[in-house]
Amino acid sequence: MTNGVSVELNDLTRVYGSVKALDGLTLHIEPGELVALLGPSGCGKTTALRILAGLDEATSGTVSVDGKDLTRVPANKRDMGMVFQAYSLFPHLTVLDNVAFGLKMRGKDKGQRSSRAEEMLELVGLTAHRHKYASELSGGQQQRVALARALAIQPRVLLLDEPLSALDAKVRVALRDEIRRVQLEVGTTTLFVTHDQEEALAVADRVGVMSQGKLEQLAAPAELYANPATPFVAEFVGLNNKVPAEVSADHARLLGTSVPALPGSIGSGGGLAMVRPESVTVTADPAGTASVTSVAFLGPISRVFCTLADGTVVSAQMTSSAARAFGPGDRVTVGVEPTGVLVVAPPAKPR
Amino acid sequence: MSRRIRESLPLLPFFALVTIFLIVPTATVIVSAFFVDGVFSLARIAALFSDTALSALWKSVLLSASTAIIGAVLGAVLAWLIVSSAPTSVLRRAVISLCSVLAQFGGVALAFAFLATIGLNGVLTLWVQEHFGWNLAGSGWLYSLTGLILVYTYFQIPLMVIVFVPALEGLREQWREAAVSLGASTFQYWRQVAVPLLTPAFLGSFLLLFANAFAAYATAAALVSQGSPILPLLIRAALTSEVVLGQSGFAYALALEMIVIVAAVMIAYNALVRRTARWLQ
Amino acid sequence: MRGKTLGGKVFRGALLAAFGLFFLFPLYAMADFSTRNLLAGGRTMAAWKNLITDDALYQAIVISLLLAVFTVVLMLLILVPTMIWVRLRAPWAKGVVEFLCLLPLTIPALVIVVGLRNVYLWVTYFLGESALTLTFVYVVLVLPFAYRAIDAALSAIDLKTLSEAARSLGAGWLTTIARVVVPNIWSGILSAAFISIAVVLGEYTIASLSGYETLQVQIVLIGKSDGPTSVAASLATLVFGFVLLLILALVTRGRRRPTAADPAVATPTPATQPGVPT
Repeated sequence: MTNGVSVELNDLTRVYGSVKALDGLTLHIEPGELVALLGPSGCGKTTALRILAGLDEATSGTVSVDGKDLTRVPANKRDMGMVFQAYSLFPHLTVLDNVAFGLKMRGKDKGQRSSRAEEMLELVGLTAHRHKYASELSGGQQQRVALARALAIQPRVLLLDEPLSALDAKVRVALRDEIRRVQLEVGTTTLFVTHDQEEALAVADRVGVMSQGKLEQLAAPAELYANPATPFVAEFVGLNNKVPAEVSADHARLLGTSVPALPGSIGSGGGLAMVRPESVTVTADPAGTASVTSVAFLGPISRVFCTLADGTVVSAQMTSSAARAFGPGDRVTVGVEPTGVLVVAPPAKPR
Repeated sequence: MSRRIRESLPLLPFFALVTIFLIVPTATVIVSAFFVDGVFSLARIAALFSDTALSALWKSVLLSASTAIIGAVLGAVLAWLIVSSAPTSVLRRAVISLCSVLAQFGGVALAFAFLATIGLNGVLTLWVQEHFGWNLAGSGWLYSLTGLILVYTYFQIPLMVIVFVPALEGLREQWREAAVSLGASTFQYWRQVAVPLLTPAFLGSFLLLFANAFAAYATAAALVSQGSPILPLLIRAALTSEVVLGQSGFAYALALEMIVIVAAVMIAYNALVRRTARWLQ
Repeated sequence: MRGKTLGGKVFRGALLAAFGLFFLFPLYAMADFSTRNLLAGGRTMAAWKNLITDDALYQAIVISLLLAVFTVVLMLLILVPTMIWVRLRAPWAKGVVEFLCLLPLTIPALVIVVGLRNVYLWVTYFLGESALTLTFVYVVLVLPFAYRAIDAALSAIDLKTLSEAARSLGAGWLTTIARVVVPNIWSGILSAAFISIAVVLGEYTIASLSGYETLQVQIVLIGKSDGPTSVAASLATLVFGFVLLLILALVTRGRRRPTAADPAVATPTPATQPGVPT
């Protein structure tokens, strides 16, 4: 069930002095959709979110929600719920009063505030903590309260600014699933900003990868992973091996086979193919030109590192039971599965 | 147990110094207020309720409270001015350094600074006389309670700045943004979030300023050479002439009164500081 | 809302100027007053020359400076080893030591001097009548400031590891403190020393009510008859204190390691300060 609205960011530019934080960002979010903006520090993702929230002003471009232009509307009238990275709960109010804050701003009476706040706390599973203060809660609990507080006002858009970055790894994983569950249940259109690619791929309907103020690619997680459009996206999302390859006629020749070259690859000539570890095949071969350097056991999967004849180190991912066949020093043949690869230009100078 | 004693030995010089030169004098004051020539007596305490003593106490309270309020309000304004300018600006650092110096200024130098400004031959006095014909210093008001209030403000405001700026800086930007995103107007943010959060810090600072003014001696002593309008000056009189109120050792009772009040205020101050630290750190 | 409008800026500027005037004018007045030639008009440095030529004043200056030095030395000799010892060997005493060090903030100097008579009867009996005996009380007065400065410096280094490393390499306690710990808490020590000097030079309450003639006591005495000289001496004390502070700031800035607030060190932290957001 979606009761969300559509969001449009049109050609947003934000300039600070000589720095261009945003460079013509255009983004359309469908009603009820969760779009993740993914990128390294300084790529502009938080700037875009804050402009949407009204906490920052774009140098040019417009922001529309549900078809209405909000560019000139002040932040406190935009009816959006925001979850910050950390420390955003009001320390002098209890959990319940924090969640009810937005309702108080809207003039709801005490009874309405209480019942709605309780409802939200139940949604995030923190009813038992309603009379506690922020300092008595763990980081994960604080963020859940922040989520409840943002949703209590029934916002048209939900904004999350790196909500999990300040938390421990285990809490992060648990909480991101919870955020997704709640978002699907309530159906609010959501913009989620993060620098963690695993996080973005796990929760989003679509992921927008950003670099230096520009949107590099906007696609569903699986699409982004399998078919990166630019070298930056290929590099940023998922792990990569860089294997020397020859490109001609939309095909790349590497590791003894020919595979399709993705659009965005160099046109022709020598380059580096970005190959995912799970696409690399390793076969024991006494006459092989590659040898195993080490095997890293990671639980359900293992990574086998092999050195090719030309010195390139490649990591292959396989089930741990399959990896048991290999040990350091073994001679092997390294191949690649016939999925598409992105071939990028080799570095200009030797390292 | 002997290990603990061995571990404490190197701490002896410190404890000895503090005991002899801080604890013993304080204890002497407390005990001597109740014991005259080794005999328990409430005579000295009773003297605290004489007209002179009560008047001095009242004036001290008035002086301390008024300069604390003025210092707190004006200091908060100055602190806000500092905090709302860019974090690394030269102005900000200069003002805070200046405040650190001025807060310690007190004492004799401050008295002479004001004498040089609005005393009988003060620079401002003469300038105003020359240009407007007014006599700023005529009535000698500088040496009265009103004058002391003005002079004390000079170190109260910087002290407030030093104590209050950290509290203002502890107001995280996220809280304002969170409040705004939840629909709060500027006024609602201040009323519902900023003011409740800053109130303990403000009250605590006020108490600190009060204690600071109440215990101050040097400036008043330098300005007022005769008479004893306030408590510290009454203590001076009691020390330099044993004939005050015909009571020997009157100074002990007065000192006890002073320390009781200052201690009470500082205890309240500490309680408020803890609350502030919890929220604004 | 943050005064970005022109009107807001003007208002804030005017307010700051008003404060500036209130605080800086008396300082200017002191300079003017102390150099005024009352007889012939114009400027004269007569009052300032008195700082050296007036015998009583000069003696008082010397005594106060000596007192400051003695206080700093005694304070450091007692406080630094004590604080190090508490951290390394007697952590149970930390609360007591901290309480005692901060106690002088609550007990007014005036109260101390009232109760000091008996104690100083003994002190003068053993050590004579010199004003330098004030050193002991002055150390107590500067304890709160010195403690905070040294405590901050000690917290910034890993005292335990450093001292254990030194001792395992054969250094005795004295060597460890003098050659390993002290050089690493130098900024804290300097800070404590300079603040102590400022406090001692400005102290009036205990000195005057105990009958000693230190700088501040002398200034007040002279003030009754010679205004300009007193003002000159007061201003000199102020300027000296300010110069000390400046030196301290310059010296400690050079030694300060880059912190997270330093823009040159791009350590990402959970967003706490507004800046150019990402």
